[in-house]
Amino acid sequence: MPKFAHFFATRWGIIGVGVFIGVFAPLLQKWGNPANMGICVACFERDIAGALGLHRAAVVQYVRPEIIGFVLGSLIAAYVFKEFRSRAGSAPIVRFFLGAFAMIGALVFLGCPWRAMLRFAGGDGNAIFGLLGLIGGIWVGTLFLKGGYNLGRSQATHTSVGWLLPLTMLGFLVLIFIFPQVQGQDKSGVLFYSVKGPGSMHAPLFVSLVIGLCIGFLAQRSRFCTMGAIRDFVLFKQTHLLSGAIALVVVAFITNLILGEFHPGIEKQPVAHTMSLWNFGGMVLAGLAFALAGGCPGRQLFLAGEGDGDAAVFVLGMIVGAGFAHNFGLASSPDGVGPYGVAAVIIGLLACLFIGFTMRKQVT
Amino acid sequence: MSAIVDARGLSCPQPVLLTLNEIKKVKRGEIIVLVDTDTSKENVSRAATSQGWALKGVEPEGTGYRISISKD
Repeated sequence: MPKFAHFFATRWGIIGVGVFIGVFAPLLQKWGNPANMGICVACFERDIAGALGLHRAAVVQYVRPEIIGFVLGSLIAAYVFKEFRSRAGSAPIVRFFLGAFAMIGALVFLGCPWRAMLRFAGGDGNAIFGLLGLIGGIWVGTLFLKGGYNLGRSQATHTSVGWLLPLTMLGFLVLIFIFPQVQGQDKSGVLFYSVKGPGSMHAPLFVSLVIGLCIGFLAQRSRFCTMGAIRDFVLFKQTHLLSGAIALVVVAFITNLILGEFHPGIEKQPVAHTMSLWNFGGMVLAGLAFALAGGCPGRQLFLAGEGDGDAAVFVLGMIVGAGFAHNFGLASSPDGVGPYGVAAVIIGLLACLFIGFTMRKQVT
Repeated sequence: MSAIVDARGLSCPQPVLLTLNEIKKVKRGEIIVLVDTDTSKENVSRAATSQGWALKGVEPEGTGYRISISKD
C-alpha cells in the first residue's frame, strides 16, 4: 500500500491522473454530457443550483452525479489512506465570497479551468482568451501571496465537521433516486430538471457517478489542481502539478481526434460566446479568486472530501454564486455576456483586490 | 539550534512559501517544518529537495508531521 500511495505523489502519478481525466471527459461527452463539457466543475455546480431551484434558468437544471462522485471518491481515498482530517476555521466567510465570485467569473466565460482546457482541446478558440485570463488572474494572486497574503490557520475539529459536505452530497444522491428524471417533465418532486439545453444533456447516472468517484479518488491521492498547476509554475517554477494539467489537455485533444469531436474555430462553438474581452475578464476574476482561496474548483471538492470544512464553504459559495449569476443576469449565454455580467466582474475584481490587500498580516 | 517553520493549519501554498523563505534566509544548516496534512508534507519535501536540501527525516507529530531538512 505505501508504494501504491507514493506513486501518486510522483510526476508519473499526477500525469496518470491527467491522462485519466483527458480520456474520460471527452467520453462523458460521447455518452451524453454537453459538448466540450465532459467535466466542468463550475457548470455542474451551477446545474445543481438549478436543480435545487436556487436559480430558475430552465436550461441548466440537473443534479450532476460527477460532483457527488468527486467529493465521495475523495472521502473514500482519504479514509483508505488514513488522510481524513477534519479541519476548519480559516476565514470561512472570505472563502464563501471567493467561491461566489469565482463562480460568477467562470459563468461569464462559461466554464471553470477544467472546461477551459477541455474547450481548448475540443478546438474552441475562445478558450484561449479564457486560459490567458486564468493565467493572468493567478499571476495577480501570486503577487499577493508573495506580499504575505494568507487566510490564517485552520484548526483540527470534530470529525462531523468534515463530514457535512460529503453527507450533503450523499443527500443529493438520495434525492436523485427518490425523484428521478421523468421524460419531458421539468420537475420531479423537489428537483428541477431541464427538458432542453445543456442541463438536459447528460451521460447515464451510474456512468457519471462511477467516473466521478474514480476521479475523486485519484485526484485526492495526486492533489490534482488546475489552478495550482499555473500558480506553482509562476511562483516556484515547479512543473509537478502543471504536468498533470498538460497531460489532461494533450490526451483530451487526442481523444477528441479519435472520437471525431475536434472542431477548430471561433464561431458557433458549443456553449460558448465570442466576446473575447469578457472571456478573458471573467477568467481573470475566477483565476484570482481560486488563487486567493488556494485551489481550483475541483481541488476544493477534493479537499472538502478529505475533511476540509473551509473548502466546503468555498463549494457552497460557488453554488450560491451560481444562483446569483443566473437570477441577476450575470451569467453569459451563447449570445454573449449577461446584462449585468460586466458590472459583476468589475465588482468581483474589486472584492478580490480588497481581500488580497487587507489580509496580508504575517502568520504568527 | 534548528530554525523552525510552523506551517500547521495553513493551506496551499503557504507551507512551501514559508519553507522557501526560510531556506533563503538561513542558506544552510537544518530547518524543521511542522505541517498538518499529507499534501503539505509532500509539497514541502518536494520543494526542499528541488532547492538542493536533503530530506533528513519525516516523523509523525501530533496530528501532523515534523519534517527535517538540511544542507551543509
